[in-house]
Amino acid sequence: MIDRRDPAEERLGWLLCLPSVMAMLLVTGYPILYAVWLSLFRYDLRFPDQRAFVGLANYASVLTSELWWESLFNTLIITLGSVALELVLGMLLALVMHRVLFLRRTVRASVLVPYAIITVVAALAWKFAFDPVTGFVDPWFGVERAWLAERWSAFLVIILTEVWKTTPFMALLLLAGLTLVPQDLLDAARVDGANAVQRFFRVTLPLMKNAVLVALLFRTLDAFRLFDTVFVQTRGAQGTETVSIVGYHTLVTRLNLGLGAAVSVLIFACVVAIAVLFVRGFGASFTTEEHR
Amino acid sequence: MTLHGGLLERLFWRAGTLLVVVYALLPVAWIVSLSLKPAAALNDRRFLPRTISLEHYRAIFSDAQFPAALWNSIGIASIATVLSVLLAMFAAYAIVRLRFRGRQLVLAAALSIAMFPPVAVIGPLFELWRTLGLYDTWPGLILPYMTFTLPLAIWTLAAFFREIPWDLDQAARVDGATPLQAFRYVIAPLAAPGVFTAAILVFIFAWNDFLFAAALTSTNAARTVPAAIAFFTGSSRFELPTGSIAAASVVVTLPVTLLVLLFQRRIVAGLTAGAVKG
Repeated sequence: MIDRRDPAEERLGWLLCLPSVMAMLLVTGYPILYAVWLSLFRYDLRFPDQRAFVGLANYASVLTSELWWESLFNTLIITLGSVALELVLGMLLALVMHRVLFLRRTVRASVLVPYAIITVVAALAWKFAFDPVTGFVDPWFGVERAWLAERWSAFLVIILTEVWKTTPFMALLLLAGLTLVPQDLLDAARVDGANAVQRFFRVTLPLMKNAVLVALLFRTLDAFRLFDTVFVQTRGAQGTETVSIVGYHTLVTRLNLGLGAAVSVLIFACVVAIAVLFVRGFGASFTTEEHR
Repeated sequence: MTLHGGLLERLFWRAGTLLVVVYALLPVAWIVSLSLKPAAALNDRRFLPRTISLEHYRAIFSDAQFPAALWNSIGIASIATVLSVLLAMFAAYAIVRLRFRGRQLVLAAALSIAMFPPVAVIGPLFELWRTLGLYDTWPGLILPYMTFTLPLAIWTLAAFFREIPWDLDQAARVDGATPLQAFRYVIAPLAAPGVFTAAILVFIFAWNDFLFAAALTSTNAARTVPAAIAFFTGSSRFELPTGSIAAASVVVTLPVTLLVLLFQRRIVAGLTAGAVKG
């Protein structure tokens, strides 16, 4: 294209982007600013008359409450557990999809099934499977256990559900990275006597670094927002509340908008921190390939 | 692939393949099986039903709640999809084809919304929607779905639009086609697969959402299927209506699964578009 700016083209560009930008500002930009504003007030919808400016008092009460730190801890446990498992399983899945010819279409199709299923449905399916009254898991393993009635076994079921549902997405992102690894390089390594494990860790993995980081970033942020699975499986009971569940309960169940807004802003800050950590700390980059 | 692999290696990959298929389909088979068990056999803890009954399907469709939720889900997800893809088409076209200050800004804004935690806006939206009268209405869900899927749609469409040989429409014009004909017969068919892919991805997002539906609706007027299923109550409030939940789950899962299986190639291309291109 010619490198000069045509005012008419410039105007048209903005005109075409305007509706999208407006929608994004209206439904996310404005509410997040409003949340910051609300978080400075004592504002409980059940006692609307007592609305008053309280400065940072809401943040103080969230940050000194045990519930917030426990839910942050839970969220981090579930996030780390599921993303780590997903990375390993997703990589194996990607390798299988990359290599197979046998049933190739069946494999690719069945991998998309978990992606297509509503999270609430997946969470219920696993909940019923692990249920001591209806489920097949206990008899299969010869145990009698109420998995969701105890904190750590509940984490296990939640992580399993998350991993089942989102590994395919991870695998597809990794597969796209895998197809970029040149076969000659792998053949050369093989001729030089590298075994399969060495070829993977010394050749394939370094070449896929960016694909892995982008997949990890997307999944980490996604896991950090975890809500559906926990809500359906435990409703946050047995000390399994995640930060999103705490935010939801404060806002929607207890109708405490001031306190809930403070929780929202803190979650937002955590998400920004994670994104910065990935981009600065690990050098993840999405811009180079996309913005050209 | 197995050009240089031995028998052992081949067996390894075949076992892996089977494992993948079992892994993906096990919970689906389980929920289908559960939905077909007669009420008396729901607690038999067997993976497969011994006898098959359609009573749970009859039950959910004779109740008012589930058909209403299904209708809400279909309507809200479809409208949100059309709007999101339409807006994203304009933006993606501008980003790919036009030079203007702020192109990067639009892409960056889209990216940051893709990472945005929805729970951070449900409080303000809840308050705002109640003031504006959008609480528990279709537009009250369509707006957030449209917005939160815009990044996905813009990035997917931009990735597809970049591959289109746009000069072809000039060529068609030289050959005597009117601008409308050039668009109708040259550009539209080339752009259609990308638009279609973006639409499927957006639809799946809206169809799947639970958080907004749980926070911004309260009755059959706008409550979508995921929220309806999660809040299903049985005859007694201490007992989950397992059979009805399973049947409702199967009903909402089948159409989307079919859609995904039919268009798997495009969905894979769409999901990975832009994320990891060299």
